[in-house]
Amino acid sequence: MIVLWVLLGLVVLLLLYGVLTYNRLVLLRVRTENAWSQIDVQLKRRYDLIPNLLETVKGYAAHERELFEEVARARSVAQAASGVQAQADAENQLTRTLGRLIAVAENYPQLKASENFLALQEELTGTEDKIAFSRQFYNDTVQKLNTLIQRFPASIIAGLGHFTPREFFEIEEPAARGPVSVGF
Amino acid sequence: MVVVALAFFAGLGFLFSYLILRNGLVGLVIALAIYVPYSFYSYRYGDRIVLRVSGARPVTHEQEPRLHNIVEGLAIAGGVPKPAVYVVPERAPNAFATGPDPEHSSIAVTQGLLDTMDRVELEGVIGHEMSHIRDRDILLGTVVATLVGSVVLISEFMLRWFFWGGMFGGRSRDNEGGGGGFAVLAVLGIVLAILAPLFAQLIRLAMSRRREYLADAEGVLLTRYPPGLTAALKKIAADTTPMRSANNATAHLWLNQPSRVPGESNHWWESLFSTHPPIQDRIRVLEEM
Repeated sequence: MIVLWVLLGLVVLLLLYGVLTYNRLVLLRVRTENAWSQIDVQLKRRYDLIPNLLETVKGYAAHERELFEEVARARSVAQAASGVQAQADAENQLTRTLGRLIAVAENYPQLKASENFLALQEELTGTEDKIAFSRQFYNDTVQKLNTLIQRFPASIIAGLGHFTPREFFEIEEPAARGPVSVGF
Repeated sequence: MVVVALAFFAGLGFLFSYLILRNGLVGLVIALAIYVPYSFYSYRYGDRIVLRVSGARPVTHEQEPRLHNIVEGLAIAGGVPKPAVYVVPERAPNAFATGPDPEHSSIAVTQGLLDTMDRVELEGVIGHEMSHIRDRDILLGTVVATLVGSVVLISEFMLRWFFWGGMFGGRSRDNEGGGGGFAVLAVLGIVLAILAPLFAQLIRLAMSRRREYLADAEGVLLTRYPPGLTAALKKIAADTTPMRSANNATAHLWLNQPSRVPGESNHWWESLFSTHPPIQDRIRVLEEM
């Protein structure tokens, strides 16, 4: 009789563990999806800012045409990209060209002093920070989800519920990539 | 910590009411009857009172784009809704967060903070405040503060009762019996009534200081850039502008303890009674990360 009760207790505990783990997995999956759409929101905000920014810079630095075209091209490539990796690559390219545009603007004192440009620059910086922060939150959440999916015994529940690991949104940090040459 | 404080409070109510009514349970009920509505009220409406007392004004995105962008960015980083943004017209650089839960929270910074900090420093400060919001430190602070308030209230009542009861109605109770044991308890009660508010304060302050270190660490985890907050704290430490709206009731909320007098001295016993750890210690801990 006692053995029966112990067995019953064990089954209840196992079920409880299963339910709790499953709910945690669902929570993390939903949070991952929310985080991903948050990145999307911020990326769209940046696309919307670019035409305004180009218009303003054109007014003061008309002959930087090549750079304008490059920015516009990078923007449309990024807008059309799909899939985590392709999107990340396209966004990195866009960030780089935008960085060059701002750097070039530094050469035009009148442009630098214009209130419109300063406001747009603040919005661009703010939006790029938000892209970085939303990516950070996405990656943190993905890491939690992936760890839980792969760790035993939660992995059993994850397998039963068809939870699959997510892809990280990689950022490109030129200094951190490739072999580092060290001189002595 | 909260459990210890609550147990302490319940025990106090029990002892005092045993001394007065010879029935501990009644006191416990009375103590809870005072504490629960009191703390619920300050939990629900405390943020509005705090914002009003400090003279904070809401600002729009157009008025303060940088501040709004940073607050929104760090809310995204922390996975919480964006708090309401306020500016306090004070020259001393400082900031605080308030609100019962992350869904109804506010962040207020002084004009001085906006004027003296660059982007990364401001990010460090807001990261610290965002961590208070994520950890529900404001709720914790409110619960403990009202607990302390109740202890003070009850102890005050107790002392008065001893005083007047001793002068007029004391005799009949002594005759009921109990004798020596009761006298010992009564002395203990008086001593406790005097010391309890002090202990309660010390517990509150110790807890407040711990939460500051935690918010520093977690804020840096959000910004991923410790030098930002370090630089901000250094600027605040170097600033000697006194704060007009500084008072003891709201001191624990601010990023750094606001001072009325510039250049205050730092004795060891002062650190026992402060809501924040010494700013130099906070900088040192951050630099070791």
